[in-house]
Amino acid sequence: MTPKTKPPDAFSPGQTPTFEVSARESLRDAQLRRNLGKATQTIRRKRTVAVEEMPDWEELREAGRALKERTLRHLDKYLLQLEESVTRAGGVVHWARDADEANRIIAGIAREKGAEEVVKVKSIATDETKLNEHLEAQGIHAFETDLAELIIQLAGENSSHILVPAIHKNRAEIRELFLRELDVEELSDEPKDLTNAARLYLRKKFLGAKVGISGANFAVAETGTVSVVESEGNGRMCTTLPPVLVTLMGIEKIIPAWRDFEIFMQLLPRSSTAERMNPYTSFWTGVSGEAGDGPQEFHLVLLDNGRTDVLADEIGRQTLNCIRCSACLNVCPVYERTGGHAYNSVYPGPIGAILTPQLVGIGKPGSDSLPYASSLCGACYQVCPVKINIPEVLVHLRGKVVRHKQDKGTLRQKLDPENAAMQAMARTFSDPKLYERAQRLARVGQLPFARGGRITSLPGRLAGWTAVRDLKPIPEQSFREWWKEERG
Amino acid sequence: MATAKETILWRVRRATRDVPEGERPEDVRVERGYRKEGDGARDDIVARFAEHVAEYEATVHRVAEDGLPARIAQILQKRGLEILVVPPLLPEAWIPEGVEVLRDAAGPRLTNEELDEAGGVLTGCALGIAQTGTIVLDAGPGQGRRALTLLPDYHLCVVREEQVVDLVPEAFAKLEETVRGEGRAVTFISGPSATSDIELNRVEGVHGPRALEVLIVG
Ligand code: SF4
Repeated sequence: MTPKTKPPDAFSPGQTPTFEVSARESLRDAQLRRNLGKATQTIRRKRTVAVEEMPDWEELREAGRALKERTLRHLDKYLLQLEESVTRAGGVVHWARDADEANRIIAGIAREKGAEEVVKVKSIATDETKLNEHLEAQGIHAFETDLAELIIQLAGENSSHILVPAIHKNRAEIRELFLRELDVEELSDEPKDLTNAARLYLRKKFLGAKVGISGANFAVAETGTVSVVESEGNGRMCTTLPPVLVTLMGIEKIIPAWRDFEIFMQLLPRSSTAERMNPYTSFWTGVSGEAGDGPQEFHLVLLDNGRTDVLADEIGRQTLNCIRCSACLNVCPVYERTGGHAYNSVYPGPIGAILTPQLVGIGKPGSDSLPYASSLCGACYQVCPVKINIPEVLVHLRGKVVRHKQDKGTLRQKLDPENAAMQAMARTFSDPKLYERAQRLARVGQLPFARGGRITSLPGRLAGWTAVRDLKPIPEQSFREWWKEERG
Repeated sequence: MATAKETILWRVRRATRDVPEGERPEDVRVERGYRKEGDGARDDIVARFAEHVAEYEATVHRVAEDGLPARIAQILQKRGLEILVVPPLLPEAWIPEGVEVLRDAAGPRLTNEELDEAGGVLTGCALGIAQTGTIVLDAGPGQGRRALTLLPDYHLCVVREEQVVDLVPEAFAKLEETVRGEGRAVTFISGPSATSDIELNRVEGVHGPRALEVLIVG
């Protein structure tokens, strides 16, 4: 297999194109839009069913949100507690200030074990740090073992969806790719046969690997338990079979206590794959020692890489609640049309639009454009299992982008009407009462101003805003009502 | 020079300067208004468990205690299973005649290659969760280490009726002691492994056992 270089994204050095430019490209790809449309509609419908089965869904969401708030406000304490409990259970904890430090730690462990190959289970954190490229440069090949990750790794592409990264590829394309790359002679384009080809190819890798690499969905401060939530079983393989396991996790993935799983293990599967429970979840606590269950060595790498900057922003902080379920992607009208690649980030969709610019820092044209990749319809907020107010953060970030431009910019940029309008928007959104009034105002006021389904101008404080960008009309009903009728 | 740990902790503390000095974690209110225990009748809970497991394309049988060994033998025979992996402390009565038995033990552990080539594994479990159709393994007696239920292509799992809880929070409550005490690994299994990565078509059996069969006893 020939290693392929992925196209650069917001976490690579250098600049990425803006969302508008990339979206235009994606919009031209009819196949992509068909695949995506089919996929997001299916997941959306199933998710509604899975959530409606739960009479206490809103209580769970609120508990999840509050627990994340508690954790983030006292993150220093929980990090220290986690380090202590993982160490007590026989694991080793490493701290990484940035991507480079994380990569060096992981490569160092792999080299020390004499590993030329490592097996990996899907981890967006390692995509963020560009771990595979870093390992490759050191002569260590990382095998992605999720079916979809394998597909995009073989194709040398970037993921287009957190949960179904190969959502943009159809079976015929996958068959051709496997015939070319997996050393198989005959293969139909039946998903069953394609899956089996991948199973056989990867089984050999699992059995031979000295080092496994994973991300983490959660880590419990109290007990040191780490968990990986998955569907295919490759997570179990990677975290059980190789004698050495290295897990990379963002510092925000901590939950305080074992019992808190009762909240998140109800919220995540239903929001993510729309199942009552995902096929496999592994929970491990350090190493088992004598019992010989799983790896003999466990390393946990705690990654900052911009997360403390997100934490420092009192409005942006809630972004770190995210449990990466991808529900917000599936309901986003913008994402549905443009797909994930337009976001030029390992974090696409609404969550990517708020997380990426905060992680890499305001002031980069590519990621600065992301908070604009939204019509502020609010669908993402309604489905988010940990109640991240994505529209609020989007508007807040637009304000930051504008302020940054003003601080840096020329007089002409400073007089840009967009700037003034966005500041007004930012003020409006940061005050719930003003926001509600603005929504009502917009709702009542939009009719005479709407042209061809788009709002082209608005009265009052919001006027300057629409002078530069079209707003999608604000639905007459609340989003919830609309949702039930439209997609229910 | 400051270590990475010191730097990150310093950054975290600076980032949370808005949190009042005296605030403790428990001062941040967490309203746990969700259901913690089901109130259904025992029979309904077990029936729901059976139904939800079956919905994941796993095969479910219900059997009386005294009929269990015969039923296990019958199921394995029907499958044509030749080599069966058996974890430590599995009830001897469950192990049928006529198959080659590979026993895992603390001394001579089975190798991954042996497990890979075995046709199937027979285990008990720690718990079942009715709400989600989940089987919980905690590496306890009759379950064994994780690789045992991962590499063989077929998993036959025995669940006793009294092991089935109604809701997810009940399961985490019951597992707390095992995790806190011995720190044993816990695995949740909800149907056989699956992927929907190719055009969202569900395919069973990517990396784990391709078939899961569950025997509910009671
Ligand atoms: S922001 Fe919310 S809905 Fe989106 S991926 Fe994160 S947790 Fe899920």
